[in-house]
Amino acid sequence: MIEIRFHGRGGQGAVTSAELLALAAIKEGKYAQAFPSFGPERRGAPVVAFCRISDEKIKVRSVIYQPDIVLVLDPSILRLVDVGNGLKADGILITNTRFSPEEIKNELGIQTRLATVDATGIARQELGIPITNTTMLGALLSVADLMDKESLIEPLNERFGRLAARNIKAFERAYNETKILE
Amino acid sequence: MATRVGIEVSIAAAEAVKQANTDVIAAYPITPQTHIVEHLSELVNNGELDAEFVPVESEHSAMSVCSGSSAAGARTFTCTSSQGLALMSEIVYAVSSLRLPMLMILANRSLNSPLSIWNDHSDVMSIRDCGWIQVFVENGQEVYDHVFIGYRVAEDRNVLTPFIINLDGFVLTHVIEPIEMLDQEMVDRYLPPYQPLYRLHPNQPVSIGCFGPPVLFTETKRAQDEAFNSTMPHILKGWQEFGDLTGRYYHPVETYKTEEAKVIVVTQGSLGETASIAIDTLRGEGEPVGLVSIRLWRPFPFEEFREAVKGAELVVVMDRAISYGGPGGPLAGEIRAALYSQEVHPRVVNFIIGLGGRDVAPDDFVQMVQQAKARPGEWYEIYGVRE
Repeated sequence: MIEIRFHGRGGQGAVTSAELLALAAIKEGKYAQAFPSFGPERRGAPVVAFCRISDEKIKVRSVIYQPDIVLVLDPSILRLVDVGNGLKADGILITNTRFSPEEIKNELGIQTRLATVDATGIARQELGIPITNTTMLGALLSVADLMDKESLIEPLNERFGRLAARNIKAFERAYNETKILE
Repeated sequence: MATRVGIEVSIAAAEAVKQANTDVIAAYPITPQTHIVEHLSELVNNGELDAEFVPVESEHSAMSVCSGSSAAGARTFTCTSSQGLALMSEIVYAVSSLRLPMLMILANRSLNSPLSIWNDHSDVMSIRDCGWIQVFVENGQEVYDHVFIGYRVAEDRNVLTPFIINLDGFVLTHVIEPIEMLDQEMVDRYLPPYQPLYRLHPNQPVSIGCFGPPVLFTETKRAQDEAFNSTMPHILKGWQEFGDLTGRYYHPVETYKTEEAKVIVVTQGSLGETASIAIDTLRGEGEPVGLVSIRLWRPFPFEEFREAVKGAELVVVMDRAISYGGPGGPLAGEIRAALYSQEVHPRVVNFIIGLGGRDVAPDDFVQMVQQAKARPGEWYEIYGVRE
């Protein structure tokens, strides 16, 4: 089972990211679970969402304490929230930032593998708004062997309708532009 | 045939209410409410479900509308949570005494105060004795399935009793997971249209809910008690036939690795599947531990429970509500009552956990089993309090 924790701000689509990923995994015949950190929804406040993907039925219903992957949708959260909390030693932190993985590693003292992508830049160019949920899914799939990239296209089309093409473009760009520091 | 889809549990439940060809939905449309009613209002609005949707001004009115709707012979649904149930409760007792079948999904959440919107079982425990059939579900598939089962059992002429599905708020209602949705043809085969025995109709006047003076009240209540106590075989039949259709068989108590178990953990609702991971861990360490999940809360399955814990020396009961000044949690009280008649009975230890949305992880169950084993006597404790 792979456990992924998403960090974003209310309204940026962290929950949507987790949901789209779970829907794609389920379409592939896998088992998956996606859920928000439960509570009142506040636009702009730091939020967390969770996704589990497994080849077998998922029984656990608690939140994820030791994720395999942490995905950060908003660079300003890196200094506010301990995003690496509980991240497994062989796990990976993937973050939206203008900076290189080396610069982020030095600044935050991250011990695990690290990947970065300028998701805000990509989202501004492709979507015209700094909403990074679909862009960061591209970064996630470029780094982690979770599923066939094509499996996400259908859920993206279903969710975004006429805006799907632009979201898919942003997703593809992040897939190709993400940098990993081992 | 069935189709496996990824879907939010609340939306799947609403889709089941649609597939069940529900006639009337009455619900208070804002907090505390779930996506179940929100989605149903969309289905009615866009013409996918030919039903009357009544967005009432309070839960008290919601249940009042359901009362009239069921009395008129309509297949009736509502949904609420926590404070909403508390406000509704006056009429909750009335409809069961009037023998009006209907279905309610109760997204279990805590009662104030302090103000909380999160999950526990204090809401449903406040109406424990309301005379509705009450089941708990562990996952999204089970709530989807029980919409059909609930209607089928409630509307059975041998039953004619309203039915509550307890679904853990947030922990289940807000999760996306895979659910097998039945084809309409399967639903129609399992769930025939509701044929009321009596109904309010202007051409055939009847009175429902009359005055009950002392000379009649006791007899009426005895009739209700007898009728309720004879629902079990019909509930079992509803589960059996659903299992024959879908391959998913449900039971009054669900057991996991209880064979030869000396220690049995007892849960209700979504805690069961999480607890089963702890059971696997403990079994892996050679501990003879098993799990019993109480699916049927009312009527309480005394016989089935005793059978499930036979041979156990220690029963560790997990309650998600407090009974202030009582013997522990409400579930533990029932478990002790079930075991009292036994010549030799296991020690019962009670933990109160997961209050107001406090997370419960598999390791918590391992810790509680170890604590229960280490400390003699029968006692209860609120687990995981930050000191």
